[in-house]
Amino acid sequence: MDNLKERLLNGEKRAAARLISIVENNEDVDQILLKDLYKNTGNAYIIGITGPPGAGKSTLTDKLVKSVRKTGASVGVIAIDPTSPFTGGAILGDRVRMSDLNTDDGVFIRSMGARGHLGGISEATGAAVDILDIFGCDYIFIETVGVGQSEVDIVKACDTTVLVSVPGLGDDIQAIKAGVMEIGDVFVINKADRDGAIKTKNEIAMMLELKEDRSWIPPVDMTIAANNEGIEGVLESIAKHKEYMLESGNGFKRRVENRKNSLMNLVKDRMTRVLLEKTTNGGMFEELAQKIVAKESDPYTATDLILGKLNLS
Amino acid sequence: MSKPIRVLVAKPGLDGHDRGAKVVARALRDAGMEVIYTGLRQTPEQIANAAIQEDVDCVACSILSGAHSTLLPRVKELLKEKGGDDILFIGGGVIPADDIPYLKEKGCAEVFTPGTPTTVTIDFIKANVKK
Repeated sequence: MDNLKERLLNGEKRAAARLISIVENNEDVDQILLKDLYKNTGNAYIIGITGPPGAGKSTLTDKLVKSVRKTGASVGVIAIDPTSPFTGGAILGDRVRMSDLNTDDGVFIRSMGARGHLGGISEATGAAVDILDIFGCDYIFIETVGVGQSEVDIVKACDTTVLVSVPGLGDDIQAIKAGVMEIGDVFVINKADRDGAIKTKNEIAMMLELKEDRSWIPPVDMTIAANNEGIEGVLESIAKHKEYMLESGNGFKRRVENRKNSLMNLVKDRMTRVLLEKTTNGGMFEELAQKIVAKESDPYTATDLILGKLNLS
Repeated sequence: MSKPIRVLVAKPGLDGHDRGAKVVARALRDAGMEVIYTGLRQTPEQIANAAIQEDVDCVACSILSGAHSTLLPRVKELLKEKGGDDILFIGGGVIPADDIPYLKEKGCAEVFTPGTPTTVTIDFIKANVKK
């Protein structure tokens, strides 16, 4: 284990890859390992790429990474795809669009299955980001599962959220709905050579004009990622947002907010594990559920009984 | 959740036929594995690098171009060089029976030719990955 630590700090890819598997599989060693290494995090800038399936997230990520690489900065990519709720299996296909990056020594790409997590990223995404940060990546891109309207977890895992949309997905009512449309710090209309691109851009820009907090109005960039068009514009927007976050102090606030969120998740995870152990691996739940159905108990009394096992209530 | 087996399904070299690879990928997915698919026309370097970064338990190369005796040993060699000698390495595709002993000698744990039921491949992977 110490060996893995050393190897990660030396920037060895196999060690980073192994450690990500360890946190992904929730192996018990993970927390001990990351306790020591945690002080080495915080150097990478984390960019979330989200949007509906087929919008071009992987293609855009590929082009953004290539462009960042020209500056000499090293890049990590974490790409998440859905896991089957039936078999636990997954097809992780984001690498298909990034195969040129496979031979670039300054790039580390990792595909992850969402593994039952519904917010657009996987439970272990945050820890995987920390590992790539310690490994030495200057920029880390997180590409989410293709999202619908309410998968907004990415915003709690990154510094700048890029929301990728495409023309023709809906009218201006879609643009003012709550949820995913609220989380973009930078908006990208990809496949901008398609009909309706300018209309989509205007609708989104108009929605953004109505923002209450006017200190940052997200820019709306147009790209044709497959042809490498508009990429520099997106990078400039990301850089501007980064600068804004630094100068306004919001960047620090957001990192605290994100850590608070992941702390809450860690505590919940561990409490769930302890609770399961103390309730005969859920056997107590089964027993109480039967009593509730038989009207011998009620859900609220049962909750008190279960939490009693944790000495919390 | 128990730890899923991770498999890299790769298409080395210059052949544009990936129906077989996709059928296998789908079958492995349905068997509860996480399948990382690389896409077409990959060099051995690209495949080995992806395998290391993805920390896979198995690399499965599908090849129909006839260049298997050159490309498969090269992938295995690179995996070894990059510290992935413990990764289960298998091949499949249109590969003449006469070539299989050579591929096995070069580190291919098994070679699955056309007509192999996907269950055979699944069982082989489950039985042979290092856990």
